Amino acid sequence: MSELCPKRLSRRRFLSSVALTVLAGSAGPVLARSYVGGNLPWTSYAADPPRQVMPGGWKFFTEQEARTIEAIADRMIPPDGLSIGGKEAGCAVYLDRQLAGSYGNSSRLYTQGPFLPGLPTQGYQGADNPAQIYRKGLAAIDTYLKQNKGGKAFADLSPNEQDAFLTDLEAGKIKLDNDVDGKALFNVILGSIMEGFFADPVYGGNKDMASWKMIGFPGARYDYRDHVSKFNETYPHPPISIASQPFWAEK
Amino acid sequence: MTKILPRKDVVIVGLGWTGAILAHELTEQGLDVLAIERGPWRDTATDFNIGYVQDELRYGIRRDLFLQPRVEAMTMRNNLSQTALPMRDYGSFLPGNGVGGAGVHWNGHTWRFWDSDFRIKSHLTERYGAAKFDGLQLQDWGVTGEEMEPFYDKFEYLAGISGKAGNIKGRIQEGGNPFEDSRARDYPLPPMQMSYAPSLFADAARKLGYHPFPTPSANLSKAYINPLGIAMGECTLCGFCERFGCANYSKASAQTTILPVLMKKKNFELRTDSEVLRIDLDGSGKMAKGVTYVDTSDEEYFQPADMVLLCAYGLHNVRLLLLSGIGKPYDPNSGEGAVGRNYCYQTNAGMQVFFDDKNFNPFIASGALGQTVDDFNGDAFDHGSVNFVGGAGINCIPTNGRPIAMRPVPPGTPRWGAKWKAATAQAYKSTMTYSSQGSSYPTQGNYLDLDPTYSDRFGRPLLRITFDFPDNDLKMSDYVSDRMEDIAKALGGRQYNGARRKKGWDSVPYQSTHNTGGAIMGTDPKTSVVNRYLQNWDVSNLFVIGASAFAHNAGKNPTGTVGALAFIAADAIRTKYLRNPGAPLVSA
Repeated sequence: MSELCPKRLSRRRFLSSVALTVLAGSAGPVLARSYVGGNLPWTSYAADPPRQVMPGGWKFFTEQEARTIEAIADRMIPPDGLSIGGKEAGCAVYLDRQLAGSYGNSSRLYTQGPFLPGLPTQGYQGADNPAQIYRKGLAAIDTYLKQNKGGKAFADLSPNEQDAFLTDLEAGKIKLDNDVDGKALFNVILGSIMEGFFADPVYGGNKDMASWKMIGFPGARYDYRDHVSKFNETYPHPPISIASQPFWAEK
Repeated sequence: MTKILPRKDVVIVGLGWTGAILAHELTEQGLDVLAIERGPWRDTATDFNIGYVQDELRYGIRRDLFLQPRVEAMTMRNNLSQTALPMRDYGSFLPGNGVGGAGVHWNGHTWRFWDSDFRIKSHLTERYGAAKFDGLQLQDWGVTGEEMEPFYDKFEYLAGISGKAGNIKGRIQEGGNPFEDSRARDYPLPPMQMSYAPSLFADAARKLGYHPFPTPSANLSKAYINPLGIAMGECTLCGFCERFGCANYSKASAQTTILPVLMKKKNFELRTDSEVLRIDLDGSGKMAKGVTYVDTSDEEYFQPADMVLLCAYGLHNVRLLLLSGIGKPYDPNSGEGAVGRNYCYQTNAGMQVFFDDKNFNPFIASGALGQTVDDFNGDAFDHGSVNFVGGAGINCIPTNGRPIAMRPVPPGTPRWGAKWKAATAQAYKSTMTYSSQGSSYPTQGNYLDLDPTYSDRFGRPLLRITFDFPDNDLKMSDYVSDRMEDIAKALGGRQYNGARRKKGWDSVPYQSTHNTGGAIMGTDPKTSVVNRYLQNWDVSNLFVIGASAFAHNAGKNPTGTVGALAFIAADAIRTKYLRNPGAPLVSA
């Protein structure tokens, strides 16, 4: 998750210039380190916290793509008495920042060829990374709707039409252009929207811990010893996030 | 150009549980020890920081602490007729990375295998006849349960395991596992305070005549000072164990039990972010000269050493042997050869029980806080009337309520929209889950070798896993799934939903990081890679330590046995090998 933690890279790079002289003669910027007995290794500012994603602007999506994703998020997680909807919760902001970083470019995955069609037990074997999957997939949805829904974009359909389209996409009944596998695309989008809705708000979704309040998850608390024996009793405290607790701001 | 470094007495590949145990034991012996670790240095206060470690997206979903496939992937197929393809992302299992290894982000279930496991072929032949396990490549391990006992004890006391013994010196103990084999003394700490779902599960199991007991846990029930003098804290039940580092010093790992002492020793050195490429042999091919490794500057080094200890994750141990040309690779067509032989996994199945009137507070949890039923595990029950061997523990260990991944809904619920929301809001706190963890027995066709097509960033072949669940193990798992349904009915929820194990091992959904075998211990160099002391048969100053040494996998988590084997190897090196360095401890 280096996109969230630019500090870590710079820290390690900085350290390498000092600590690495132990490996005599090693040249260039390296991360490797040697620890020789004496003290437990410890350096200032070694902690690597996440950074709060701020809403505003898109780093990956075009305006049109963002409009589509926000509309999809609001059908997958519709606003109702249980919670705000996926759009207001920030699912698209979450996804935008993820796609702009190491999730989007698959930089932590194995991406060497040859790319061969695999069996279901062998997992995803495509050459496209998530950024490419979203770019092609959202364009293919646009094209399909323009041809079949009188030129309307997804966001301009009625909620019932939107649900009907998503239901057909999920069932593999929609044939998309450009060899886009509609069913697989649906599963990728659904996974991302749910991640954004249920992840810590520090990543841009789950505004005000809306999903955690809906299900009763207390979030980043770390000590439940006083409640473990209270069988079948609702936990009494509200959720907290890594970034903040709402009441901190109320002072 | 390879840079040649000054000699060390011992070089250890990988600083996880086994590497840290061996490094501590051998530095105590006065040896000059170097550990080379592929991943980074990690410690509690900085890397498992209490302020942000409870981050499901970063650690649970993106798996920030794990080995990234970019660094090393593996290929997989279910059988010889298929073409293996790379797991482009790890899914079914998740190898560790960095100091502490997979011991950083485990759940903490800490078991002993049965005495009958170590002589499984002899035991099953004596009890049922060899025809009972026809088609399985079962082998005795070359050690006995009695010989393992003191080393299990050593690991449990190092780690502060919390539990209740079921059998002390042959006497059955109330509240423990009545099916376990005899142990010398109780666990160092009592069981953890039991949470709601496992308590209900245990009541239902008892009603059926089963014998539930608290799962032995490396999440500590109380503060503890281990034999090395290192202080650990009481677990606070935060529900962020597996896939996470513990911020509270209350989950046993190399960081919380060994490193504070080890890292201060003058005769110990650790090099991080340095990947061992191969073990180098001398001209005879019978002795290791040292290892060649690359650091993050891509500079290559040769590290000479009198002894090499392979202490990486089991699968990496096997790959390094194959890449170094040590031992005869296993051939699944003939069944001959040793390296890669008897790769096994874990045969698991699941159960969800949905209630209307219960609130389990699933987030009040710990990695190993729960109850286990062993009535159908190992050979604890008579297999005379069933058509399989082996068994499974039934575990109600609700490890977490982390909501990206843990959102049960009853079968038939849509995956999105208003109905999905309503079902999720209802079921999140009122669903009980438990599972069976079953034995995995070797067959001729399940094995490890090097992939002919795909390579890593250095151009070295990836490890290839050829594996499917043997029919014997599927029959076993079905039998235990039936028992899980019996318990579900006794629990009396609104409905239940079982997930049975099926043919066709799927590398995508997470199942278990209990990959065993490939460099197994045994009595015969033709069918094993290491002897009973984990010493390599072919290269006597090389020891290969880890779950790679398991000749099969039991219906138990492997870490307790991995820890015990590390202590066995350390003891053999200290008390036997060093008297006559370079000599085989067992004559072939």
